[in-house]
Amino acid sequence: MSKSYIKTGLFYIGIAAITILPLIVFLWMFLTGLKTQMDNLAIPPKIIFSPTLQNFKSVFAQNNFLKYLFNSFIVAVFAVAISLLFGLPAAYAIARFKMHKIGLTLLIARMIPFISYLIPWFIIFRKLRLVDTYIALITTHLIITLPFIIWIMVNFFENVPISLEEAARIDGCSYFQVFVRILIPVVRNGIFTSSVLGFIFSWNQFLFSLILSGNRTMTVPVAVFKFISYEEINWGGLAAAATTITLPPLILTLFIQKHMIKGLTSGAVKG
Amino acid sequence: MKNRVRYTFILPALILMTIIVAFPIIYNLYMSLHIWFVASGSGPHWNGLKNYIALLSDKRFWNSIRVTIIFTVGALGSEVLIGVLLALFFNRQFKGKDIIKTIFLFPIAATPVAVALIWGMMYNYDLGIINVLLKAIGLPPLLWLADPKWVIPALIITDAWQWTPLILLIVLSNLESLPTDPFESAKVDGANSLQVILYITLPMVKPAIIVAAMIRSIDAIKTFDLIYVMTQGGPDIASENLNLYIFNMGFSYFRMGMASTLAIVLFTIVMAVNVFLAVIRNRDVT
Repeated sequence: MSKSYIKTGLFYIGIAAITILPLIVFLWMFLTGLKTQMDNLAIPPKIIFSPTLQNFKSVFAQNNFLKYLFNSFIVAVFAVAISLLFGLPAAYAIARFKMHKIGLTLLIARMIPFISYLIPWFIIFRKLRLVDTYIALITTHLIITLPFIIWIMVNFFENVPISLEEAARIDGCSYFQVFVRILIPVVRNGIFTSSVLGFIFSWNQFLFSLILSGNRTMTVPVAVFKFISYEEINWGGLAAAATTITLPPLILTLFIQKHMIKGLTSGAVKG
Repeated sequence: MKNRVRYTFILPALILMTIIVAFPIIYNLYMSLHIWFVASGSGPHWNGLKNYIALLSDKRFWNSIRVTIIFTVGALGSEVLIGVLLALFFNRQFKGKDIIKTIFLFPIAATPVAVALIWGMMYNYDLGIINVLLKAIGLPPLLWLADPKWVIPALIITDAWQWTPLILLIVLSNLESLPTDPFESAKVDGANSLQVILYITLPMVKPAIIVAAMIRSIDAIKTFDLIYVMTQGGPDIASENLNLYIFNMGFSYFRMGMASTLAIVLFTIVMAVNVFLAVIRNRDVT
């Protein structure tokens, strides 16, 4: 009896020791953001200190940080919305009419390095004087979100029983009506999951935004990166900025936790 | 009727994909056969396959290939190994399992630029927490990102921190969906737990492990954010992988033709690795 207690105890200690690893980095980031410059330069590092929100306040006060947050938000929302508009009907057609070759092409699109897209798009946008516009950013972010959303949604549409559609069609609904009134509500979980993941991908995107954004449209990952070069020593400010930009994806994760892993793998499982 | 419906549904997405995906790739291929120094103001010059041939004697290219291979093998290897071991460890009923699964989603969702920035601080020689811990257990501190010998291991550790959870969660969810009969009959036959894991569990989850490895390999070969933010390829070019070399060729030196050539090489590598992994998987499935 006592032996199994010890075993269970050890198991939970093991679990705790492993689970602390992902958490401790976030904790360290957050605590560094709460420390004054003096505390951050202390050797050995201070575990007990009086926290201050000064770093967070100055991040929002300087550097147009709110504007960069807004830019990231706008680009992500439009990339996801356009992907849904074009992707949902396509995913339905691929699932219902078994157009698997098109599906495979989408997987290849995901393997192509982003830089392969970036070079041509940079040349084109430069010629059209569209560098540092939302159009340039949304177009390139679509390269990530559109194939991804189609892939997830093919899976969800395949799981809808065809009898559901046939019944509605007998009642006189057209394909389009069936799609909008019957299928979209049925796959709303999938739409939610893929939209959230698409939003996170766009929010976290760095390479496209680094080259194609400028002062007007800079997104937060680029802003934080530029911040590093000026503020090499200001750890508190950097950590506060890093905490702020990574918080939205972490919070969004909580809403889709049940489906997130399935969503991230659905593309590759079929290929 | 059915055909018309099919194409009405798929055509808009196909056209959009052709514009944003297919067209740049063809353009990329075309550019890879040209010399184009974009800052000079003149247009591209036809150069045939000479860009590709020039790569063969480009030491910096071979360095970037070496960095890409070491980083990918190191990151993918440690992530798959640790991820599978942890998945086997977590594969039982216990209190708080759902919360722990959620915690492991956080690194996956975190913004790579933020992760790279924080790890860059953690690797700091004087103030970083990692050297503080090393000193606490009596080991000498390391230069980490500033040391050509340690920079790639340091990057691999950060990558493994962010992406081992993905492998863990993919394999764990597969383990949880396995039927229980084979395990019970193996126990009846007197197999010990190590034998059960080696001869029953692992073969059953092998397809899931390969899928996880495919997903990770695609991204590990193309790693950019992490390296660019933490080291910008340095010290010197000790951590410059192929993707960073392409970036520098295109956006530091403005040699767009050569950058396109390198991009085609990178794409070929990603495709080759994935075809290889897909062949392994399909061989097992059938």
